[in-house]
This record gives sequence, C-alpha cells and structure tokens, in this order.
Amino acid sequence: MSAAVDEHDHHDDHHDHGPEKGLLRWIITTNHKDIGTLYLLFALTMFFVGGSMAMVIRAELFEPGLQFVDPAFFNSMTTMHALVMVFGAVMPAFVGLANWQIPLMIGAADMALPRMNNMSFWMLVAGVLLLASTLFMEGGAPNGGWTLYPPLVLQPITVGKALPFAVFSVHLLGISSIMGAINIIATIFNMRAPAMKLMDMPLFVWTWLITAFLLIAVMPVFAGAVTMLLTDKFFHTSFFNAAGGGDPVLYEHIFWFFGHPEVYIMILPTFGVASTIIPVFARKPLFGYASMVWATASIAFLSFIVWAHHMFTVGMPIAGELYFMYATMLIAVPTGVKVFNWTATMWKGAMTFETPMLFSIAFVVLFTMGGFTGLMMAIAPADFQYHDTYFIVAHFHYTLVPASVFILMAAGYFWLPKWTGHMYNEKIGQLHFWLSTISVNILFFPQHFLGLAGMPRRIPDYAVQFADWNMISSVGGFIFGASQLLFLYIVIDTIRGGTGEKVSDEVWEDAAKHGLEWTLPSPTPYHTWTTPPTSVPTEHVLDSH
Amino acid sequence: MSTNSTYYIPHKATWPVIGTAGLMTMLAGFANYLNGSSIGQPLMIVGLSVFIVMLVGWFTLQAKESESGMYNHEVGISYRHGMMWFIFSEIVFFAVFFGTLWYTRNLSVPWLGEGATKELLWPTFDAVWPTNGPGKVGGEFEPMGAWGLPFINTLLLLTSGVTCTWAHHGLLAKNRDQLIKGLLATVALGFLFVCFQAIEYHEAYSEMGLTLGSGVYGSTFFMLTGFHGFHVCVGAIILSVVLFRSTKGHFSPENHFAFEAAAWYWHFVDVVWLGLFIFVYLI
Ligand code: HEM
Ligand SMILES: [Cu+2]
Repeated sequence: MSAAVDEHDHHDDHHDHGPEKGLLRWIITTNHKDIGTLYLLFALTMFFVGGSMAMVIRAELFEPGLQFVDPAFFNSMTTMHALVMVFGAVMPAFVGLANWQIPLMIGAADMALPRMNNMSFWMLVAGVLLLASTLFMEGGAPNGGWTLYPPLVLQPITVGKALPFAVFSVHLLGISSIMGAINIIATIFNMRAPAMKLMDMPLFVWTWLITAFLLIAVMPVFAGAVTMLLTDKFFHTSFFNAAGGGDPVLYEHIFWFFGHPEVYIMILPTFGVASTIIPVFARKPLFGYASMVWATASIAFLSFIVWAHHMFTVGMPIAGELYFMYATMLIAVPTGVKVFNWTATMWKGAMTFETPMLFSIAFVVLFTMGGFTGLMMAIAPADFQYHDTYFIVAHFHYTLVPASVFILMAAGYFWLPKWTGHMYNEKIGQLHFWLSTISVNILFFPQHFLGLAGMPRRIPDYAVQFADWNMISSVGGFIFGASQLLFLYIVIDTIRGGTGEKVSDEVWEDAAKHGLEWTLPSPTPYHTWTTPPTSVPTEHVLDSH
Repeated sequence: MSTNSTYYIPHKATWPVIGTAGLMTMLAGFANYLNGSSIGQPLMIVGLSVFIVMLVGWFTLQAKESESGMYNHEVGISYRHGMMWFIFSEIVFFAVFFGTLWYTRNLSVPWLGEGATKELLWPTFDAVWPTNGPGKVGGEFEPMGAWGLPFINTLLLLTSGVTCTWAHHGLLAKNRDQLIKGLLATVALGFLFVCFQAIEYHEAYSEMGLTLGSGVYGSTFFMLTGFHGFHVCVGAIILSVVLFRSTKGHFSPENHFAFEAAAWYWHFVDVVWLGLFIFVYLI
C-alpha cells in the first residue's frame, strides 16, 4: 500500500499547486479539503451560537415565572436556536464531512464542480448572515417557531421587520444546499475510481448520495412555501388566507413535505458515519452492507409519504389520520434493520473503546430511544396528548443531539488525526464523552415526563408542578453546554499538534482494510488521488459478497 | 475512463464570492424595501449590478475555457449532471405551486362551502372555481379564458421547441447557418411570448379586475404564470447568449454543452407551460 502512496506523491510534484497564501486562500479556494474545513469550522461556530441560545432558554426555564428575558425574546430564542442548529450547524457540518471525505473515499481528485463548491459555501454564509441580522432589528428575530406557520408568523407582533429577511435567508440556504447536493451527486457518479463499483462504496458515500437527492427534492419546496408567506404578507395574495379562499393548513402540508425529509437529511449521513466507524473499532466487516443500502433508500422513500404525522391535531379527515399513522410506523422497519446491523457488527467483535467508538455506541443506544418515542407519537390518537408538549421536544432532541451531533463529534475524533496528522488527547476525549452522555440524558430525559404531564413547548413560563424536572433539565443543559468547550479545546489542540505523537497513515488499527482514505498519508496532502487507485478495500462490504 | 489528472480542476475562483455578495446585497435591499426603508432600492440596484457582472464574467470565463479545449469528456458529464439536477430542482419548485392550485381547488375551497363552516361562518358563499373566497378579497373579477392570447402563446412555445431542435440538428450536421437561424427563431418566439404575456397581464389588471390580490384565484394564477414567464425570460436570455456564441464560431458537434443545457432548459419551460395551459387556463 505505502508504495502506491509514494507514487502518488511523486506524481503530484509535477503540477502541485499548493494553497494560496494568506486569508485569500480561504475565500477563493476550490479545493475540497479547504472547503470542507470552512464548512466544518463554520458549523462549529454556529453550534456555539445556537448553543448559547439554548442556554438562554434553559436559564429562563430554570424556575417558573419570568426571570431573565421577555416572552417575545424567549420565543425568538427557540425559533432562532432551531434554525441556526438545523441550517447553520448540523447540515453544514455534514456537508463539510462530505467535502473532505467523499473524494478521499472514492478515489477522486476533487469534487466534480469545484467553483460551484466554493459558491455553495459562501451562499450558506450569506443566508446565515441575513438570518442573524434579524437579531439586531427593530422587533427582533422571528419568534413564531422555526416552522414559520401562518397566520401567526404574518402578525406584525410576531415578525416585526424580520420576515422578509428570514424568507430570503431560506432562499439562499436553499440555493447553497442544492448546489452542494448537485456537486455531491456529480462527484459520486462521475469522479469515482473505476475500480469502485456502486456496491463497493462506503456507506457514508451511499447515505450522502441519497441525502443529496432528498435535498434537491425538498429544498425548493421550502423555498416555495416561504415565497408564498412573503407574497401573502406584502403582495396581497391569499394562499393561506381563508377569506380569500386559501387555507393556512396548506402551509403546514407544504412545510412538512419539506420538513420530514429534512429531518432525514440530518440523520442519513449520521447513519453513514456510524456505519463507517463501528466496523473499524469492532474489527469486523459491517454486518449486512447491502441491507444497509436498501434500508437507507427505503427510509428516504418513506420520508416523502409520512409528512402529516406532524399535523395529527390540525383537523385532517380520518382517512388521512389513519394513512399517515400506518405509513409513519413503517419507517420503524428499515430503521430497525439498521440498529440490528450495527449491533450485529459489534457482536463478538474485538472491540476497543476509543472516543469515536464511544460516541458511536452512545448514538446507537440513544438514537433508538428517540426512534421509540417517534413511534409513540406516530399513533395518531396518542399524539393528541403528546403534540406540542415537551414530549416531542424530548423526541427530536434524542434523534438530533445524542444522534446527529454525537456522530459529528465521533467523526471529528475519527478523522481529525487523518486530516491533521496529529493525535487528539484521548483522556480529554473520553472525559468529553462521559460528561456529554451523562448530561445529555439529564437534560432531555426529564422532558419526556414534563411532556406527558402536559407542559407545552415554546413557553417561557409554566405551572409550578413542572418546576422540579425543569430545574434538573436546566442543570443538565448547563453541564452539556460547558462540556462542549472541551470539544472546542480538543479540536484546536489537535490542529496545533495534539499529543505530539505522529500518527500512522492508517491511524486506527487495520483501518486501511475498511476505507481508501486510510491508504493516503497523514496528514492528507493538499492534493490526493491525482491518479485514481487501482484497487479498493472491500472489507466493509465483505458480508454481502 | 481517463485518469484524474486530465480532469480540469480550477485552482481559484473569484466569481462565486462576488456573485454571492451581489445576490445577498440585492436580497437585503429587497427586504429593506419591503420594510419601507429608503436604502432598500439603492441596495437592490447595487446588488443586482454586481450579480450581473458576475454572470457575464463567469460565463465568459467558462466559454473561453471550453473553447480552448480545457474540458475533457468527463468534465462535460459533470456539467450535464449539474444541469439535469438543477432542472429537477426547478420542477419541484413548480410542483409546489401546481400542488397549491390542486389543494385549493379540490380541498380548501370546497371545505369553505360546506358543513359548519358554511352554516356558521359564510352561509352565502358558493364554493365554485374560480373564486376569490368568501371574503371576496380583491373585489369583482373576470377569470382568464384559455382561447385568446394563452392559446397563441401555447403555439408560440411549441413552435419554439421545434426550432430549437432544428438548430440542434444543424449544430450536429455542422450546418452553422441552420444553427443560427434556428436559434434566432427560438429566441424571437420566446420574447414574443413574453410580450403577449405582458399584454395579457395588462388586460387582466386594467379591464378584468384580475390582480395578484384577487383572492386565491388571482394568487395562484399570477404566481404560476408569473414564475413561468420569468423562466421564459431567463431561458430566452440564455439562448441569446448561445446564439451570440454561435455567431462567433463556438461549439462543435462533440463539444456544445452550453447549447444542450440551454435547450434542456427551454424544453423544461415548454413543458411547464403545457401544464399551466391545461390546469390554469383550460380546466
Ligand atoms: C423512527 C422514526 C421516527 C418517527 C416514527 C418519528 C415520528 C415523529 C412524529 C409523529 C412527530 C410529530 C410529533 C408531534 O408534533 O406531535 C415527530 C416530530 C419530530 N421529529 Fe420525529 N420521528 C422519527 C425519527 C426522527 C428523526 C430521525 C429525526 C431527526 C433527526 C426526527 C426529528 C423530529 C423533529 C425535529 C420533530 C419536531 C418538529 C417540530 O414540530 O418542530 N424524528 N417525529
Ligand atoms: Cu416527521
């Protein structure tokens, strides 16, 4: 293997364009690694911005009564926290991973459309800037919830001057995501090393391929929905106005036709990373590679036909309630296949528990929790009780924080040594893991009880019987928030040299059996795979061959 | 498949960030304008200008690179992937508004005219399409018929699809004269379409009382046809650029991605119109 690597290096010398010097490098770069880094650093920044908003929310909810902020600002915080985390942190972080990893994993020299790649990133920044600017505006940031439901969000009191900025921000974020997704699809289909067949591709690549398709199929839907909000507000249209023959419920249908696939956009790449990490530390091939691919595709397909499970209480015809109830429950089948396969991969494996593996195991367990509460809410009559309470807040935070976010952390620990050539500090990594895992449960588990007892979501004050669990939840939240500073420290420390120990090309024992990226030098050179690899590792697909 | 090293990977790109800044300025300006702020309009103009400069600059660069043979076959495939999925995203965008029309006509309007809603809220409301709702939002109006200008426009666009394909045949047969004439006809028909649509809109506003504010009929009518008209404009501009490049001797039977992309886009706009003609005008 290493002989082949040397050859690449040699080949590179002829026409190696190193990075541009100075700040300009980052602005005009077309290099997939630079752009990946930009995405990841941007996402990390937004993770802390969104996180601070969560701290405001938990501080206000620490005790009943109004303590720190006024209700409108509180609602701005819940709205902006969600938008920033979804569109500014989780989605860009996965695009960053895709930029770094997909070309490395499929033996491509770069992304297929490098200039557009640069533009996707800057469109993201532009979109987030427009959104963030509303925080400093008269009337404040949008505070009608991240779903932007009319008629609430069209009331002057709810939006102030923010609405058009939020709408245009969604347009820019949509353009960014669509361009990114197109690039990923073109790269996977057109830049893959000839030696790699579709059914040899690492699952991270597969899940991203399917996610990219979801993105192109639903981002325009969201763009259309908010465009109608804009025209209803400023151009006298009646799309969501019953007096004019329209219907506000239509907005909910359109939004969730986007919104449900959107939650899978955040979870499918998560599945992909987990399926990459677990086999390495279990020292076994991934169990059921082909079934993983099919399960991913089925989940993506189902995600288009279940949207109204978010609308059980809105007054749908009974046939609709029943259809969406059963269709939603179906998702549990392919999801169950995945959880089974991860468990089976670990079964009788020679496991070790480095930080990326710890986070991945926590993901399997805690994501399953979130899946189960999802199933509970899928039962339409039961959802009349759960809907719009803290129960659903607990549900989606279990599917997003100890799942998507944990796996993003795992990916950081897993690939940073490869990218930087430095090892992170394992002790601090494990400390970060345990603090995060314990506190995330203190933070979100009690919210199940609060929800079942009837505490509504998006409310700055509550009845006294909810006081105890809220206080516990807030304490968990503060510990969780503080623990993430450890991650920030580790990332910076690793980039600047980490433990000082030089990592091998494989980084993890026998990793090269599992993925092409581990056959490259550490740190990864600025240009890689200028000649495509002639053979690809197939350990990860052994089970299906 | 050739080795990766012949795949052209540009090493710096200045246009993307300039274009993004332009677009963001334009949208920030538009938002300010909607909020009634006086800096809105100047910002919009500045942003739009920057954006246009970017389009010209970036596409000139692409054309130069393409003509100097920097793009191999694989690069062409990437561009085709890009265009195909871009058009797919546009189809979805239109589907949202078609879906809105369907939902409104078949669900929300009938619901407004039946059951408790009718008895308790709007006893006099007749749920028949076209409607501006129980509140008669926007006042009396006359719906747009199908057989006048819209029908002529249908013929225009269908013909333009044919002339576009004729131009493509010319390109493949190295008949530059046919290529240029075909494109000229396509562009002319496209702009004629836009003119007729402008006349149609003018009539709607000045004589029929039909506006964007005419309840949900006016909303869906103008939103669908308006977005489509905008796409016709964009398509015609793209085709004009392709026409201009054809007169400069660009494109060969093997290398003409820009032509293909423009043609795909044009056919897409054409098909959307057929949908509009049927669902908005005819039934
Ligand atoms: C086993 C699969 C899942 C099922 C059956 C499921 C089911 C549901 C249901 C029925 C609701 C609506 C609850 C209500 O409003 O009353 C809901 C809400 C939600 N779910 Fe899931 N879910 C699943 C997985 C996921 C995943 C993987 C994610 C994200 C990664 C996710 C994120 C969300 C979010 C964000 C909401 C709340 C949206 C809002 O109202 O703000 N869910 N889920
Ligand atoms: Cu859902």
